[in-house]
Amino acid sequence: MDIVRIPLGSWIEGGLNWLTSEYSIVTRGISRVTQTGIDGLNNSLMWLPEWALMAIIVALCWKASSTRLAIGAAAGLALIWNMGLWDPMIETLTLVVIATLVAVVIALPVGIAAALSERLYRGIMPVLDFMQTMPAFVYLIPAIPFFGIGSVSAIFATVIFSMPPAIRFTTLGIRQVPSDLIEAADAYGATRSQKLFKVQLPLSLPTLMAGINQTIMLALSMVVIAAMIGADGLGSEVWRAIQRLRPGDGFEAGIAVVILAMLLDRLTQSLRGSRS
Amino acid sequence: MDDNQNVKIKVRGLSKVFGKHPEKALELRNQGMKRPEILEQTGQTLGLSNIDFDVHEGELLVVMGLSGSGKSTLIRCLNRLIDTSEGEIVIDDENIPDLSEKALLECRRRHFSMVFQNFALFPHRTVQKNAEFGLEVRNISKSERFKLARNSLAQVGLDGWEDAYPSQLSGGMQQRVGLARALANDASVLLMDEAFSALDPLIRKDMQQELMQLQAETQKTTVFITHDLDEALNIGDRIVLLKDGEIVQNGTPEEILTNPADDYVRRFIEGVDMSRILTAENAMRRVRETARETDGPRTVLHKMRENSIDSIYVMGRNRKLLGLLEVDAASQAIDQGADTVLDYMTQDFRRVKPDEPMQNLFAMFSEKGFPIAVEDDEERLLGVVVKGAVLDELARAGDQ
Repeated sequence: MDIVRIPLGSWIEGGLNWLTSEYSIVTRGISRVTQTGIDGLNNSLMWLPEWALMAIIVALCWKASSTRLAIGAAAGLALIWNMGLWDPMIETLTLVVIATLVAVVIALPVGIAAALSERLYRGIMPVLDFMQTMPAFVYLIPAIPFFGIGSVSAIFATVIFSMPPAIRFTTLGIRQVPSDLIEAADAYGATRSQKLFKVQLPLSLPTLMAGINQTIMLALSMVVIAAMIGADGLGSEVWRAIQRLRPGDGFEAGIAVVILAMLLDRLTQSLRGSRS
Repeated sequence: MDDNQNVKIKVRGLSKVFGKHPEKALELRNQGMKRPEILEQTGQTLGLSNIDFDVHEGELLVVMGLSGSGKSTLIRCLNRLIDTSEGEIVIDDENIPDLSEKALLECRRRHFSMVFQNFALFPHRTVQKNAEFGLEVRNISKSERFKLARNSLAQVGLDGWEDAYPSQLSGGMQQRVGLARALANDASVLLMDEAFSALDPLIRKDMQQELMQLQAETQKTTVFITHDLDEALNIGDRIVLLKDGEIVQNGTPEEILTNPADDYVRRFIEGVDMSRILTAENAMRRVRETARETDGPRTVLHKMRENSIDSIYVMGRNRKLLGLLEVDAASQAIDQGADTVLDYMTQDFRRVKPDEPMQNLFAMFSEKGFPIAVEDDEERLLGVVVKGAVLDELARAGDQ
């Protein structure tokens, strides 16, 4: 006996096609703006000589964290430069920075709203679960009809994949503010926005930074995968190594990703520590 | 209640039900049901029921009750941190339960400062910034709030700690910051929610003293919540006793000790009611300075000034107590060129023997609040008993 198959897949496809054709002006607009941003940041980072950018990053590490991190950063970046992976590394960094910026700009207000409204909170949590558990590759597919092959699609997929922790941690941070402090703010006649900006946000800052740290890490992993749809950077080096069966090249690019990941992670973590 | 004092907050028929359908619970209450039955029938808790009391301008009113008596609910109803279910809370002709959201904010800013049991200081702000909070919320200019907060920090003895963070301070100091935050705001009523309960006993005594001193200086209308009878007796001008969300007694510490309204109050003060065995001797303090009958008025006045007192006992030979001389009478004696103070003394104070039961002492304090003189069988002055000492002694006995 045949059971009727629910055509879930074709529904989604139909919906996506409709979106693509109806909103092509919007997607093209987004595409152009994002591409400009990517090119601009890429060009300016590459315009700097390698040693100058290295010096800036090392100084930042030293200032925000420790001498140890600064030394590590210098050694790691030098290795990347030496392996000839400097430009791909910059491309990857650009994608991560832009994707994270977009994700955080969306996540902050959404997270705050979800913290303050119980109904929104209950509505949004399953959506976040969905966004995070859906295999990351799947986002790559609709990205192509929307934005075509290339970096903009990579950013789109990355934003969706990396945004949930930023929202979650923002919400968590605000909800974790002790109720007696909220009560104190209320007792002195603070308005909602005074409460938010003087008490809730400052107190949730460490948690919020932890969320941004997570977002950066997820973004990095995603922009590497996004090489499959034509994103530039270290991911495409790995991708090329796979296609040419050159494990050495693959590992070199992989090591560069690891170095970049550790740098970004330690740097954002120390920012979080120094603020509190 | 006392009509000749200005009423600052008038609370009438205040009730609070915790639950979704307060009207049901209130109806059952009106049929004469009590808290446990209402809880059983409706699943709702009658937090406060039909509370009537006044807070007078400038007084320190203590609301006392055990946990679950509704005292924390009551103080939060005053500034509507908790919404009331029924009744009026009138402050300066405004009924707080009726206020719009916006008017409520304004009312809280103008009328209420609050000090919390667990301090509720903002950990991300310095001591100075914490003290400024109330002013900042009211959009007071930067320089103005800096100055006001500085002053109030100095008032509570925290000069030099302005740039520290709360986590760097001890519990007692943290609560001083809480108090400074409240004082800086200069709202008309100070609400203190078990403000000293989290402090250790010694620091607590100090804070009580300081609060009383501050209150005497500033005449700030204060509502103080506590579960501790000693504390209530020690600092309260008046005490409202709460039990299961209802007022069981409302009176001065003396009234409550000497004339408990019912068995509940009696049991409450039982521990304290050691007055039958305590005597005047227990509460007696040494006299700091006395005058001799041979002293001229100028000498006596000088002695009073030296010790900053406004009345002095005059002794005859063999330390026999002759009378009490007030500072006004002494200056009068000087004006009239008298060379002895004996004619200017007053006898308007009580004399007791050391074995006088302490319970009897309450009634003896005269209008002017002169201390009671304790003398031996030869009328020699042994010491004096002041009002506060009696309460202190009773409270201490209650501890044991």
